This record gives sequence, structure tokens and C-alpha cells, in this order.
Amino acid sequence: MTAAAEILLPLNPGIWLIVGALIAVLLPQTLSRWFAVILPVFLIAFLFSLNFDNYGAISFLNYNLETFRLDSLSRIFGLIFLIASALGNLYALGDDVNKLQCSAALAYAGGTIAAVFAGDMITLFIFFEIATIASVFLIWARRTERAFTAGMRYLIFQIGAGVILLAGLLVHVSATGSIDFDKIGLDASGGILILTAFGIKSAFPLVHNWLQDAYPEATISGTVILSGFTTKLAIYALARSYAGTEILIWIGAVMAVFPIFYAIIENDLRRVLTYSLNVQLGFMVVGIGIGTEIALNGAVSHAVVHILYKALLLMSMGAVLLRTGTCNASELGGLVKTMPWTAAFCIVGAISASAFPLFSGFISKSMIITAAGEQGYWIIWLILLFASAGVLYHSGIRIPYFAFFSEDKGHDAKEAPRPMLLAMCIAAFLCVIIGVFPALLYTMLPFPVDYDPYTVYHVINQLQLLMFAALAFTVLKLINIYPSDIQGTNLDTDWFYRKGLMALIIFSNRHINTGCRVVCDSAVGIISKIINSLKLLGNNDGILSRTPALGSSIAWISSLLLLVLLLRFA
Amino acid sequence: MNFILPHLPVLQVAIPLIAAPVCVLFTFGGHRKLAWLFTLAISWVCFLIAVALLSRVLLDTDISYAIGNWPPPFGIEYRVDPINAFVLLIISGISAIALPFARLSVEKEIETDRHILFYTSYLLCLTGLLGVTITGDAFNIFVFLEISSLSTYVLIATGVRQNRRALTAAYNYLILGTIGATFFVIGIGLLYMVTGTLNIGDLAERLQPLSDNRVVHAAFAFIVIGMGLKLALFPMHVWLPNAYTYAPSLVTVFLAATSTKVSVYVLLRFLFTAFGPSYDFVTLTFEFVLLPLAIVAMFAGSLTAIFQTNAKRLFAYSSVAQLGYMMLGVSLSNIPGLMATILHIFNHALMKGALFMALGCVMYRLGTVSLGSMKGLSRSMPWTMGALILGGLSLIGVPGTVGFISKWHLILGTLEAGYWPIAILIVGSSLLAVIYIWKIVEVAYLEKGINREEIVKEAPISMLAPLWVLVILNFYFGIDADLTTWVARNVAETFLGAGA
Repeated sequence: MTAAAEILLPLNPGIWLIVGALIAVLLPQTLSRWFAVILPVFLIAFLFSLNFDNYGAISFLNYNLETFRLDSLSRIFGLIFLIASALGNLYALGDDVNKLQCSAALAYAGGTIAAVFAGDMITLFIFFEIATIASVFLIWARRTERAFTAGMRYLIFQIGAGVILLAGLLVHVSATGSIDFDKIGLDASGGILILTAFGIKSAFPLVHNWLQDAYPEATISGTVILSGFTTKLAIYALARSYAGTEILIWIGAVMAVFPIFYAIIENDLRRVLTYSLNVQLGFMVVGIGIGTEIALNGAVSHAVVHILYKALLLMSMGAVLLRTGTCNASELGGLVKTMPWTAAFCIVGAISASAFPLFSGFISKSMIITAAGEQGYWIIWLILLFASAGVLYHSGIRIPYFAFFSEDKGHDAKEAPRPMLLAMCIAAFLCVIIGVFPALLYTMLPFPVDYDPYTVYHVINQLQLLMFAALAFTVLKLINIYPSDIQGTNLDTDWFYRKGLMALIIFSNRHINTGCRVVCDSAVGIISKIINSLKLLGNNDGILSRTPALGSSIAWISSLLLLVLLLRFA
Repeated sequence: MNFILPHLPVLQVAIPLIAAPVCVLFTFGGHRKLAWLFTLAISWVCFLIAVALLSRVLLDTDISYAIGNWPPPFGIEYRVDPINAFVLLIISGISAIALPFARLSVEKEIETDRHILFYTSYLLCLTGLLGVTITGDAFNIFVFLEISSLSTYVLIATGVRQNRRALTAAYNYLILGTIGATFFVIGIGLLYMVTGTLNIGDLAERLQPLSDNRVVHAAFAFIVIGMGLKLALFPMHVWLPNAYTYAPSLVTVFLAATSTKVSVYVLLRFLFTAFGPSYDFVTLTFEFVLLPLAIVAMFAGSLTAIFQTNAKRLFAYSSVAQLGYMMLGVSLSNIPGLMATILHIFNHALMKGALFMALGCVMYRLGTVSLGSMKGLSRSMPWTMGALILGGLSLIGVPGTVGFISKWHLILGTLEAGYWPIAILIVGSSLLAVIYIWKIVEVAYLEKGINREEIVKEAPISMLAPLWVLVILNFYFGIDADLTTWVARNVAETFLGAGA
């Protein structure tokens, strides 16, 4: 018994969640929905009761798998994932979800968390794939044709990344003999393949489309849950194995900038947030690429706070979608009167996202920007500042403004359901508390922090930036140039981008998206043609499936015999 | 007990051999149930002997047993080393698990007055397979091969009550199987001609200076093709789908899990112990015959499986593909590749045993295993269908199942040999397995049930229990593969070390 206890007790919390997902299917509907909220909370306590160590070592195929590696880096990610899971499932109580969706959400979080605690790449791969498969059900649960096809495209990207990861892993293992999930770097064999896989999962530029394509098509609570896990797991994996890889700095910088333009022209506010998600991932990737202690701390803490405020923003937009049936900027407005609490929480999220001092985004984002400055990447530093201004513009101002304050479109909306409000309230509270007492977060980071965000220089610098960005918005608004209530597709009259840039963006956006679609669809077409021709081979009357006459089989046998006999003359 | 222990090798074969005629005696009085019980008991005895032999071989040294005290190479030698002890364990283990399942299945599928003779043939088949495996004498292999083959033809033909095509299936197998056995015995005859010995260990020594001898080359070709036919290497597999489809469920379970594996073992024995991979003509055959055929088999088998409408036939074609994986591992002739083959002999026995047993349960309740009749069956037979899907996952090679262990080593083997495109092909052909397993999921889980005249119940517990034992073993050895990989590594090193 003691042996069993030794194996069971320090079981990877992710595995507990996956077990919980199986239990959730068996429970009655209501019970299963509450179970999904409570289980992660228990696991948070469980996580704090353990010391840093490698637990759950099992031997598999002559490799020693470390199924539960608890160190400072994995603990903070595991913790925030558990919090996100609890909040997401709490939020889902206000949405009309069935228990299958509950179970998928638990399995998705479980797979992600188990992968975070994986000490070796085999375990990582297995749980990454479990998470992927569970997550697509959150998209399909919307039960619309669009959601189904978007889910399919999502699955193609994700499984493709999984296959590349497996390939890289195999190359790496067969060359080095080591399955350790630690620093890999580009020079290691298989390093490029593994980076590509993580890159797809963390939505690197040009392979980012699955994110904006699929996430807004998920169910209301599904989008909230999806936003937290896959990409941040990829960020964790990058931080673990590619810290200090210089190319990531530039990739991250591109990531932080180009989605901003899309975010501004996009009409669907939930899709705006997914573009903004991409921007924030760019910040983290830059931090990982710089690879100094402060940069990594910045990337990690940004991942943590970003999960919280992005979830908060998506929750508030989800509540709007639930009550009004739309999330398009052009059809919303004036909801502050009917949904005041949702509006308030949304503003907290927006302020956190735009990194106002005393809110969570500030204490993490400024670390990355400072690290870029310290290492002398001045161009990167400027790009990140520009991106910060952009974030303020589309997440900080545009989202709450269009949803809650612009001209009333006469929606007869009610306040969000209680569980949703509660989830938003907790998320907002966490955003503020982390912003006010950054030490809470800093003590849990992988490296000791001697960084104080609240110096005069940092605060003034940030405030200046925010004020000028806000000023720009106000001015544009006052002189009626900012195209507020027209359909998103018409926004390309925007004066700032009129000189071709906008056309280019829309053009490239459309073509990257349609390009991906064309590839996927034509792949399907080609495959169905192949299948039809294979049918001729394989179906009941096909060559391969017929029972041939004995004579012809004997002819085959004798010709093979001849072949082997003749080989000696080869 | 001490006086028995040294004789375990011969008892392994002698007990079922003697039991077979004894079983016929049950016809006096028609004790059908007793005949089954007797066969069950014999199977378990064989299984225990196999366990004892394997543990002795693994913990101690190889056993050499001289029949009638004639010292080898003059007399017949039974030689037990890790590889054949492992195969003995597979054969007797599957038999021991399958027989509790057998009673109801046989009751349903075979005419009542033939039950006792059926069990007799079954015992003879078991004898033959065990004998082929344990003996160290080449001609003795042929003799036992014929014992197992002849009884197999009979066993397949007993499927006639379900479908009269069982007769033609048995007849076709008889013709082709006999050709295979004849080729094999011609090969052995040629070897005997040049070396004057039939003992495999002795053959290996005497073949060393004869590597340029044409007779040896001809013998090699005959043995490879003969065994290739018996193990259903593409395109010599044509006997297999019909034989598996129309045989009674128990026979399909037993044959699919053991018979082709024994042929793979014999081929390994000749390729690596008698000939050895250092000869040019062996490596050329690997590269130009076995490797391409194995890859074609992987795809042709799976592709054909996708389009089948009969579930037994579907998995029969999948067996052709799986044998392709085994041959691929052989043809790589490096440690991980060979390990993959040896592991897959064991793992494939577990998965196909479970799958065909689940189909046996369906057969028992529905009287057919066509996919059309299985619509919505997951609701009335959840345990059977669950086992079928879990077995299918193992067949695909999902991590955590035995299928993954085999494929992992196979891919490592291809990478070590530098054939990375083949590694991609392995993954690709696994995706084909996803398709045909999904077909079953779709039929059994997603489609609406069809209106049946009577309500279909879950299979009886005596059939479900052995089925689930196999399913659990599929996962157990997929997670804790220490024992199997250890044996496989041990064997692969011996094989390659002996040749190098």
C-alpha cells in the first residue's frame, strides 16, 4: 500500500484534473458543473502543500519519465492555469453548458497542466495532445457550421504542430539519447522542428491564423477557457527550452506589432481581443528571446497577469454576447446603463491590459520593456512602446468604449448572470491586487526579483505613453474622424492608414486567411479524390480485396522465389 | 517436483500432444463440457510450464534438452532461449485466456456433435505451435508446422455452420499452406544436403564457410518464401483474410494471436541464428525484398481494411499491415528494429486477441459481425464495444498502449538505419488505422440503432472477462513495458551479436 500511496499522492495535478474530467461525465449535470469549479481550487491547495521536487518518476521504454516536476517555473504556470480553470468553469455556470463541455474544459486544463509539470518530452507531448483534442470540443460545442469548420482548421494546425513536435522529439532523442525537457536551443538536433511546433502553438506570425479563426467561434465560456491555456503552455515550453534564443526577440517584436492593425479594423470585439492576445504573446516571446533573468521573469509574470486580464475582458464580452446576442462593435453601445457591473469589470480588465500603474499589466510589461532597454535592443524597445500604445488603443479604450459607452443601440439587455459576475469580480480583484502588491507575484517567479516597477521613471514614462495614446483617440473622436459606428469592413477609410498601408493589411490578412483555407480545402479535395481511387483498389470488388484465384497467388509466390534466388547475382 | 523440472521442455509439447487423443475419448458419452474443461486445464498447464521455462531462461541460462537422451546434434534437441520461451508464453497465454471464452462461443458457432473433435484439433494445433517454437531441430520444425497447419485447416472448416465459405477458405489455405510448408522443407533438405545436419545451432556453425555456396542460397530463398507465405507477407497473404473471416471466433482469436507470430519466430530463427545478417545474400534480401514488401503491406493492408464491411475481415486485413510492421523491423536488422519486431509479436497478439474476442462477443449476440449490423450497438453492448475501441486504440498505437511501444521502437529503428522517410510512412500508415477504427466508432457510437426483432443484451460475463483481461494487458504492458522491452533487447542483442 505504501508503494501505491507514494505513487498516487504526488500525482501530477493535471492528471487529477483529467481523472476529474472522466468523473464529471458520470455526475449529474448540475453537480458536474460545480465539481468543475471546486476541483481546481482543491488542487491549488494541494500544489502549495508540496515542496520543489521531481515526483512521479516512472520508467517507460527504458526512459525515466518525470511525470511531475515541481520547480519555480512550472509551479507558477501550474498555479495560474488552475486559477484560470476554476474561474473559467465558474463563469461557465452562467452559460448554458452541458456536462460534456464541462468535462472537455477539465480535460483541456488537465492536459495543459500535466504538460506544464512534465519533466520529460514524452510526457509533455502526450499531455499536449490530450489538451489539443479536448480543446476542440469547446469550439465544436457552439454547434454551428462555422464553429465546426473553424474547429477543423484549428485541429489541422494543432495536430500538425503535434506531429512536428513528435518528429523533432524523435530526432532529438535519437541523436542525444536524452528525453529531458530542458534547455534545447536551436543548435541541438531537432531543435528547429521543436521550435516550429512550439511556435505554431504560440501563434508566431504567419502561423497565427488558427487563433483568431477558432477562438471567437467557440462557445461563450469556451472562448474564455481557450484563451488561457494552449498559447501560454507554448510560452512556458519556449521559456523552458529556448530562453535566450535571439531570433525569438525579432519574431516576438513582429508578433507584438502586426496584429494591432487587425485589432483596430476588426468589428467583432471578441476577435479584437484575440488579436490583442497575439500582441501580448509577442511581448512574452520577446522576453524569452532576451533571456536574461529579468526578461524571463517579465515574460513569466506577463503570462500570468495576461491570463487573468484577458480572461476578464473575454468574460465581459462574453456576457455582452450572451445578453445582446452580438459582439460587433457596430451593433453595440450604451450598455453601461443596463450592465453596470459588467462594464466596471471590463474597465478594470481594459486598464490592466493597457498597463496603467497600480494595475497588473504594468508590473509585468514594464519588466520586459526594461529588459529590452537594459540589453541595448533599442529598436525592440521602441517597437514594444509602440505596441503598448496600440494595446491601450484597442483593448484599453476601444473595447469598453464601443461596448458600453458609445451611442445606445437600444439593446434591452439585463445584467450578466451572477456566476459570471462573480468570476469577473474575482478576476478583477486579482488584477488589482497584483498591480498594487506586485511582491505577491514577484516572490513566485523563477528568478529573484530586484525590480521595482513603481519608480518615478517607470511610472511617468508609462503615464506619458498612455496619456498621449488616449489623447490621440479623443482628438480623433472629437473631430469625428474616428469611424465609430460603421461596419468593420468600412474602417479602411481610416485616414491614418489610407495611404496603402491599410489596403496592404487587409489584402495580406485576407490572403493569409484565404490562403490557409484554400490549402486546407484543396487538401480535402485532393484527399477525397485519392480516396475515390483507393476505393477502386480496396473495396469489396477491388484488386486488393478480392480473393484471387489460387493460380495467380501461386504465380506471385513463385515470382518472389525467383526474385530472392536472383538476388545473389545482384 | 524435482524430477519433473528438468523435463519441462518436453512436457510443454508432450502434454497437449497426449491430451489430444485423450480428448477424443470424451465422445463416448458425449461429454462436451468435460472436453472443454479438459482442454482448458491442459492449456493452463501449458501456460504454467511456459512461465516456468521463461523465468528459468531469463534468470538462469538457456536450456538444452536432448530427446531420448540422444545428445545433439545427433538426436532432436529442444532448445529454450529467451526468444522462444517468450513465444511459448504468448501461445500458451493466449490459449489460457481464450479458452474460458471458448465454451459459449463454440456452443453457438459449431455444430454440437463436432465439439469434442473441435477441441481435439485445437489441442493438436496448440501442440504444433508449441512444438515449432521449442524445438531446435529444423526438420522437427517442419513436422510440428504440419501438425499445426493440418489441425488449423480443420479448425477453420468448422466455421461452416456460420458460413459455407469457411470450406473454400480452409481449402485455399490448405493449398497455399502446403506450398509454403513444401518450400520450407525443400529449403531444409537443401541445407541438409550441404551441411549434413538438421540441428539449428550446428547448422549455423557449418554454414559459416559455405556463404558462397549456391545450394545454400537456394535453401535460403525457399525458407524465406515458405515462411513468408505462412506468416502472410504481402502479396502472399491472400489465404489470410478469408481464413480469419470465416473461421469460428475462437479459432480466429487463437490463430490471429499466435499462428502468424510463430511463423515470424521461425523466420527470425533462420535469418539470425542459422544464417546470420553478416551474409550478403541475407542483407540483400532484407533490403530488396523484405523492406519494400513490408512497406507495401503496411499500406495495402490498412487501405483494404478501410473499405471492408465485415469487421472480422477488416481486422484480418489490418493483420496483414501489422505483419508488415514486424517484417519492417526484421529488415532493418538493427537493435531497435528487431526489438520492435519481437515486441510486436507479443503486443500484436494482445491487441488482435482482444479485438477478435470482442468480435466473438458480437457474433455470439448478433450472429454476424458486418458493420451494418453493429449500428448503435454501443448502447446495448457497452462493455464489448468499449473493449473493441480500446483494442483499436492499441492497434493505432496511442501512447499508453502496447501499440505505441512497438511503433516507438520501430521508428527509432528506422531513424537509426537512416531511413527517416520510412519513419514518416509508419506514422502515415498509423493514420490509416485511425480511419478504420473511427469507422467502427462511428457505426457503434454515433449512428442510431437499428430495429432488431429481439433486444440485444450484453455478452455473458464468461466471455467479457477474458476479453477485458486482454484489454487491460494491452494497457498494462503499454505503460509498464519493462519486462517486454528487456526480453526484446536481450533477444535482439543475441541475434545481432551472433551474426556480427
